[in-house]
Amino acid sequence: MLVVEGPNGCGKTSLLRILTGLRLADGGEILWRGETIDRLAGDYYEQVTYVGHHDGIKHELSCLENLRLARAMGIPSTLDLDDVLERVNLYTYGESEVGSLSAGQKRRLALARLLATDSLLWILDEPFTSLDKASMEMFSVLFEQHLQRDGVIVVTSHHDISLPTRALQRLNLGARV
Amino acid sequence: MSSRLSLGQAFVFLLRRDLLLALRNRAEYAMPLLFFVLVITMFPLALGAIPELLARIAPGIIWVAALLAAMLSLDSIFRSDFDDGSLEQILLSAHPVAILVLAKVSAHWLVTGLPLLIVAPLLAEMLGMSAQAQPTLLLTILIGTPILSLVGAIGVALTVGLRKGGIILSLLVLPLYVPVLIFASSAIDNAAMGFDVSAQIYMLLAFLLLSVSLSPWATAAALRMSAS
Amino acid sequence: MFLWFHKLGSPPHFYRIAGKWIPWLTWIFLALVIAGLYGGLILAPPDYQQGESYRIIFVHVPSAWMSMFIYVAMAICGVVIIVWRMKLAEVVLISSAPIGASFTFLALVTGSLWGKPMWGTYWVWDARLTSELILLFLYLGIIGLHNAIEDKRVAARAVAILALVGVVNIPIIHYSVEWWHSLHQGASLTKFDKPSMPPSMYVPILIMALAFQVYYALALFHKCRVELLQRERNSKWVEEL
Repeated sequence: MLVVEGPNGCGKTSLLRILTGLRLADGGEILWRGETIDRLAGDYYEQVTYVGHHDGIKHELSCLENLRLARAMGIPSTLDLDDVLERVNLYTYGESEVGSLSAGQKRRLALARLLATDSLLWILDEPFTSLDKASMEMFSVLFEQHLQRDGVIVVTSHHDISLPTRALQRLNLGARV
Repeated sequence: MSSRLSLGQAFVFLLRRDLLLALRNRAEYAMPLLFFVLVITMFPLALGAIPELLARIAPGIIWVAALLAAMLSLDSIFRSDFDDGSLEQILLSAHPVAILVLAKVSAHWLVTGLPLLIVAPLLAEMLGMSAQAQPTLLLTILIGTPILSLVGAIGVALTVGLRKGGIILSLLVLPLYVPVLIFASSAIDNAAMGFDVSAQIYMLLAFLLLSVSLSPWATAAALRMSAS
Repeated sequence: MFLWFHKLGSPPHFYRIAGKWIPWLTWIFLALVIAGLYGGLILAPPDYQQGESYRIIFVHVPSAWMSMFIYVAMAICGVVIIVWRMKLAEVVLISSAPIGASFTFLALVTGSLWGKPMWGTYWVWDARLTSELILLFLYLGIIGLHNAIEDKRVAARAVAILALVGVVNIPIIHYSVEWWHSLHQGASLTKFDKPSMPPSMYVPILIMALAFQVYYALALFHKCRVELLQRERNSKWVEEL
């Protein structure tokens, strides 16, 4: 797991977006397993799930409808969608319109796509925004499980994400150029 | 590890999602249609309700109104997805973005272009367009409105990230609409006079084929640019 | 050859070379323009149909050619930007746009001035003038879009896409407008019928066209240098200037 840190405005979000290919780097290239992500295209994207500043969910749709869409865009995981909702404490809101949920609940749904899809690389930009402590701990456990399955996480966060066992790499973008 | 959906399945999924969203945002999608009717109504008021005059310019009025209504409706293709982050998720999907874009544009056309088929004949009647031109009117709308959605999508994709995108959108898109306007209104004109319209219809079909094959890629490239 | 192209693409190198060329280009342009205008305004005989007033074609026709040529040049830059992300191509594209727009405007104005003595109105919906008008909108669209996007490298991608979409559409628009014009004006005097041209007429047009090409290069080099300084102001080579 790579934790990207640094003061505000130093480019943490930009770096993450460059890793996803949403933003083009001014120079150099991004390699995944030795090949540029441009060449890999769909093969790379099916292994990545990105949760950025925006939740990436439609407010007019229900939780389940949103998760089904997330699955259609990538590789579906083997979990049943009701189980996914259960694990993020949104089971009772399955059919509810997302617009009626609180900010924390929306964030949990946004992160639920990590469970709904089967991807190796998780790129997360401030995942714990709007979450309460219990939710943060719940997701930390989730991250731990992902790492134990040989998953990779690149994350930037104001909150301290201290995972007990895994070796963390820290990348600090704080140095003024 | 299961594999991703087939491209066709993903296409249908996104198409249905957009149709569902349109259903739940009915008011937003009714506006362009209303605008279409309003604009056409303005002309008799401005020019005087002279039957021969109105009948003569009816094809032009209807198509100009269709262009303007299409322009008004374009924002809805990508705006909502851009604002809530869904667009990023679409760009990051495992499927080729151009095909997903085609799904969205198809949904847009079904919701904004197709209804014109019902409304336009009524308005043509009100303007006194001759009955023998009606089938051609419907044909031009059927072939022409998808072109408006496809080409318009490129313009929206280029401007969706801008704060005042709507203003420059018309400058970008209306020049590109000119060929459709010319051939569609000419076809109806010819039909009203009893002449052959095959040349115009073939041109419109050619434009449609060109748009379907090229515009999704341009739109996808523009979306990537806007999202970065 | 490829090495030369690669070297040309480097901003400081281009800045220097362009700077050296500018004085030469200025003189060549002035020489050509004087020759062309002399040939067109004084040497060429009056047209038997249109008298003296046709002489405006010596400016109108080359301007119209330039307006098309520059758009195609921008489209080529567009390809280079999208495929190779070459910074110089970005600068050339956006510097060319106002020059192209000016030529388009010049073509419209001269076309309009040509019209006045002939049939009393400043504007007719002639096929070429109408096409030029739409081309002007396309140019303004590129300039407007580039202005509206803050990050200039992203803006370059945007206008590259727009230029390519435009260049595909220009023949379509041109053909459509021609077709439209033939429908509605019928077989009457095609307004901007070029008079049948003896060499004393088409040679000055060619000279003027060449002069305008040189002017384009001249104006382009000027603008590109300014744009490069602006964009690269934080880099070493600019500080060393």
